[in-house]
Amino acid sequence: MTAYVRKQMLEPSPPPASQQGVIGWMRENLFSGWVNSILTLAAIYVLYEFLSLGLPWLWHGVWVADSHLQCLEIIAERFGPDASGACWAVIRERWGQYLFGFYPTEEWWRPILCFGLMLVALVAPLFADDSKNAQWIIAPTSALTLVLLGGAGAPLLVMGIAVAVFVLAAWASDRPVKLLVLTGVYPFVAVWLLWGGPLSGPVLAVGGFVILWAVVKLFSGRLGVPLSAGIGIVAAFLWWTVIEPRLTASLPHDLLALAPVESENFGGFLLAFIIGVSSIGMALPLGILLALGRRSDLFIVNKLSVGFIEFVRGVPLITMLFTASLLLQYFLPPQVQFETILRVIILVTFFSAAYIAEVIRGGLAGLPKGQQEAADALGLDYWQAQRLIILPQALKISIPGIVNVFIGLFKDTTLVSFVSLMDPLRGVTAIVRADIDWKAAYWEPYLFVAAIFFVACFGMSRYALYLEARLKTDHR
Amino acid sequence: MNKTLFLGTLTAAALSAGLASAGTLDDIKARGEVNCGSNTGLTGFGAPDDKGEWHGFDVDLCKAVAAAVFGDQTKVKFVPLTGETRFTALASGEVDLLVRNSTWTYSRDTDLKFDFVAVNYYDGQGFMVKKDLGVSSAKELDGATVCIQTGTTTELNLADFFKANNITYTPVNVADDGEALRQFTAGACDAYTTDASGLASTRATLPDPDNYIILPEIISKEPLGPVVRHGDNAWGDVVRWTYFALLTAEEKGITKANIEEVATSTQDPEIKRLLGLEGDMGKMLGLDAGFAKAAIAANGNYGEIFEANIGMSTPIKLARGLNALWTQGGLQYAPPFR
Amino acid sequence: MAYATEPPKQGFRLSQLIYDTRYRGITIQVVALVLVLLALSWLVGNLMANLEAKGKDIDFSFLWSRAGYDIGQALIPYTNDDNHFRAAMVGLVNTFVVAIIAAFFATVLGVLIGVLRLSKNWLVSRLMGLYVELFRNIPLVLWIILAYVIFSEASPEPKDFKVVDGVAKEEMFLGIAAVTNRYTTMPAPVLDRPLPEIAGLPTSGLAVILVLMASFWVLSLIRRRATRVQEATGVRPGTFWPGLAVVVLPVVALLVAMGFHLDYPTFKGFNFKGGLQLAHAFTAMVVSLSLYYAAVTAEVVRGGIQAISRGQSEAAFALGLRPGRTMSLVILPQALRVIIPPQISNYLSLVKDTSLGIAVSYLDLRGTLGGITMNQTGRELECMLLMMGIYLSISLILSGLLNFYNASVKLKER
Repeated sequence: MTAYVRKQMLEPSPPPASQQGVIGWMRENLFSGWVNSILTLAAIYVLYEFLSLGLPWLWHGVWVADSHLQCLEIIAERFGPDASGACWAVIRERWGQYLFGFYPTEEWWRPILCFGLMLVALVAPLFADDSKNAQWIIAPTSALTLVLLGGAGAPLLVMGIAVAVFVLAAWASDRPVKLLVLTGVYPFVAVWLLWGGPLSGPVLAVGGFVILWAVVKLFSGRLGVPLSAGIGIVAAFLWWTVIEPRLTASLPHDLLALAPVESENFGGFLLAFIIGVSSIGMALPLGILLALGRRSDLFIVNKLSVGFIEFVRGVPLITMLFTASLLLQYFLPPQVQFETILRVIILVTFFSAAYIAEVIRGGLAGLPKGQQEAADALGLDYWQAQRLIILPQALKISIPGIVNVFIGLFKDTTLVSFVSLMDPLRGVTAIVRADIDWKAAYWEPYLFVAAIFFVACFGMSRYALYLEARLKTDHR
Repeated sequence: MNKTLFLGTLTAAALSAGLASAGTLDDIKARGEVNCGSNTGLTGFGAPDDKGEWHGFDVDLCKAVAAAVFGDQTKVKFVPLTGETRFTALASGEVDLLVRNSTWTYSRDTDLKFDFVAVNYYDGQGFMVKKDLGVSSAKELDGATVCIQTGTTTELNLADFFKANNITYTPVNVADDGEALRQFTAGACDAYTTDASGLASTRATLPDPDNYIILPEIISKEPLGPVVRHGDNAWGDVVRWTYFALLTAEEKGITKANIEEVATSTQDPEIKRLLGLEGDMGKMLGLDAGFAKAAIAANGNYGEIFEANIGMSTPIKLARGLNALWTQGGLQYAPPFR
Repeated sequence: MAYATEPPKQGFRLSQLIYDTRYRGITIQVVALVLVLLALSWLVGNLMANLEAKGKDIDFSFLWSRAGYDIGQALIPYTNDDNHFRAAMVGLVNTFVVAIIAAFFATVLGVLIGVLRLSKNWLVSRLMGLYVELFRNIPLVLWIILAYVIFSEASPEPKDFKVVDGVAKEEMFLGIAAVTNRYTTMPAPVLDRPLPEIAGLPTSGLAVILVLMASFWVLSLIRRRATRVQEATGVRPGTFWPGLAVVVLPVVALLVAMGFHLDYPTFKGFNFKGGLQLAHAFTAMVVSLSLYYAAVTAEVVRGGIQAISRGQSEAAFALGLRPGRTMSLVILPQALRVIIPPQISNYLSLVKDTSLGIAVSYLDLRGTLGGITMNQTGRELECMLLMMGIYLSISLILSGLLNFYNASVKLKER
């Protein structure tokens, strides 16, 4: 008698029902112990409470009405006298102000084009060695911008130019670095598009920077970078203050001119973006200098940088804004007058420069010491080493941090309402509520603004995370 | 990185735009527009509509001044200012003129170095309460919570009033008129105190105004008026006499509608001087002869501006009261054009 | 034999200042310093000229004149007859109170949420993720305003708590606290026999703080002694119970001596009497700052926990530790080193963000000194300087603590 020996493999039977499918997943992920079960039930309860409060309100929302009172009447009529509901009509009536402030409606295509170009201009520094993602960004941006331009009634000529720029960008996106030209030109184009006036203004302003660049190129070999940069800055200032005004006066005023738009018409998210983007853009070079200064061996330079950074990081942004609005004028000659928005941009630039300096310092500290030593061994001087070896690497690993600084700053632009600029949160809402029809609309404007902020900031923080993850693999 | 360029552009633009010269009036003429400090949004007194056009009682005075200087009421730029930034903006020259229901007080006139050139609205601080609170006098508000706007004279008046009557209160500070209204209607405070005009305008916009009463006590004098910088006399005169022109126009029955007709048919020498048909009154101010005519033609006389923005026909429903002309028992009185 | 030739001795030439890299550093520094000084003197010169032109001066004596306004929430004695300096101090105390309470709740909530976000429970971890993203990606000002509006719009009126025929429309929370649309009321700590005030300082509170500090000092002595004994004998004497006694007993004794008890709010007539009545501006600030910084803290905590390699928790599981104990005994102590530095800068931001109380007119330092006082006196330059100076000192002290902590952690590593 031999014991039973199985000669054939049995077909594997499916796992028991409690281990697979929906039930298995729930057992594993929701009810794997009594603690977990309680947590799950608590979570479901919290979710239920929130949804049962919020959903009917959203569901009862009214989109078409002439005033808040009428909204309430419509809701009462449709859903019974006790029903509460959102009055989205206020958003439907006033969304333009939330996005553009009082920027003239017929010129809305300018900020739209500006925004589209900004995304394209950012591709080069942000996706420098990632052509696939660069194309991925450029294609939908172009399409969306063109659709919006059409919707805003942009002139055909503008549409043509926009198409040309986007096609060019798409063509160059196999090597995004080529797009750096666009990045360089963008700030001037943006200023011209947003504020209007003749094209000669920004073109002449570029002249100063060309002079600065030429002087540094010419003298840095003999005098070193700092001194030649100093001479260059003086030369550029001469250009801006002495030569440029005369040239401007001699040129015709309507040469390729856009209708000028006054700064106080800027508001809503347009204002938030202008303040955020221009401050970060200008803070970047300042931040790099401060970070280098903080790591420098030169005693005075080091202490000055540390002092500046610690001072700015030590005071709340709101005091900086009050300084911009109340005090800055005291520290300037009486004949120099800046508009509030400009003063705010200047102070916010200083503010973000200190934070960016700390981020870049982190990037610099993250580089292996060997890099600096290798540069020294090659016989590069300080500025050559920084420019060719240290900074490109340090900046690359700092980008996620810089994006996070931008997110923080973008959120903080809501504070400019305290110095009576038209920010989307309080500034525009105050104006909307000054209208008797919408005096009682409390929640809808806030929710609308919150939703836009959430989408924008969430998108950017995801991008920062993605970048961080990619950079990590680079280094391991 | 290349956004540095931006700074250069902006600096260049600002420097070339902002070089000021001697007097404010000359600056304004050179600039081509009046910079007028205004409310960030107070229904009836000054707020932009959905097109960005400014309307309101204070705003129309600014427009009249622009019309007087340039003959064109659109040549005015409104700079919205909060209660906390308004005086600095005026002192620093950011605005030429502040018409933002600001109270004329001793210390503002002397210590803060401003000139209040006229009083375009005589006001006083009052209280509004819910009817069911069962209070009929402000002196019964012992232990009440009171909503109050920060950065205004009302804070000091309130403290003084309760102290003088030896009763206590809890202040609830709010940032602006809209917020105060929300707090008050939500029941966060028993009483809301601000200028009586503000109370009336607030009450008028409530869905159930009959459930609220304004208490009889007026606890302060609040003469509200246009403000210019101290020592800026020529410009101050322009604002003052533009305002008086509006008053005189009402007194003489000159309206926006009939001004052309009056100008051709009038025999009254003062009207002739006012409208620049006789003498050179404009020149003395450094303006055109027809400055007052342009100011009146812009939005009508004082009474018309009042009625159109805050009068009984508007949702705000303010009676003229102290602000009636002196001939009708009010305080509004213009010195003669002579 | 080869002789090395001496390098030719040369006198110092002026051009070396520019061309010689040994001296160039000095040149740059001197030039930088001169430029900065020039810029500063230009700014100060402008300031003087502008002040002159406006007929103003820099004078801090306004601080000693009568303030004249009232502050709803004054934790140190204050009336409108006190001077502006005292009003500023009331504001500073209000700043600290909000900051400390919010920091406490943010820490507790943040650690909880950070840990729960890594929970294996799918629903809970998603919900916590949603919470964190929602709060981090929407401006803090908006949360403050929303909290404020919710408190005053969505809560019942005080009179709803009135007991009519044995039934109230609304029940108080545990019978001791209630949120109404006017204020939040809760039990107030009261002293029957407080210490006498000296120079307007709240001596009773200071005494409690002093006693606590002394207790902790004694505690550290006990711990040190325990470590010495452990090093000498290998056995660590128990420190928990003596430590607890040293910390708790003196304070309790002091409080009993001063007659400490809680004063519960009760509904009398038309309103709550007794207890603490917290204004919505205050509660909205505390709630929104706590929730917002809880989200920020949760991210830091999650990062800290994830920075600890998985091997640590696997090893702990292999030793038979339960998940809870693994977290508290193995993971968190190690993660703390990663967590604390960024967390201190979070506290720093929190203190600075209390200035956003402006959105709900909370009278903190900015609201008093940088708000009403500045507005009533027209001394914006002096007020802003003082305010920036105070915020700066707070920040510097906190970042000093951070550096101290970093240094001490580094030392332990070696």
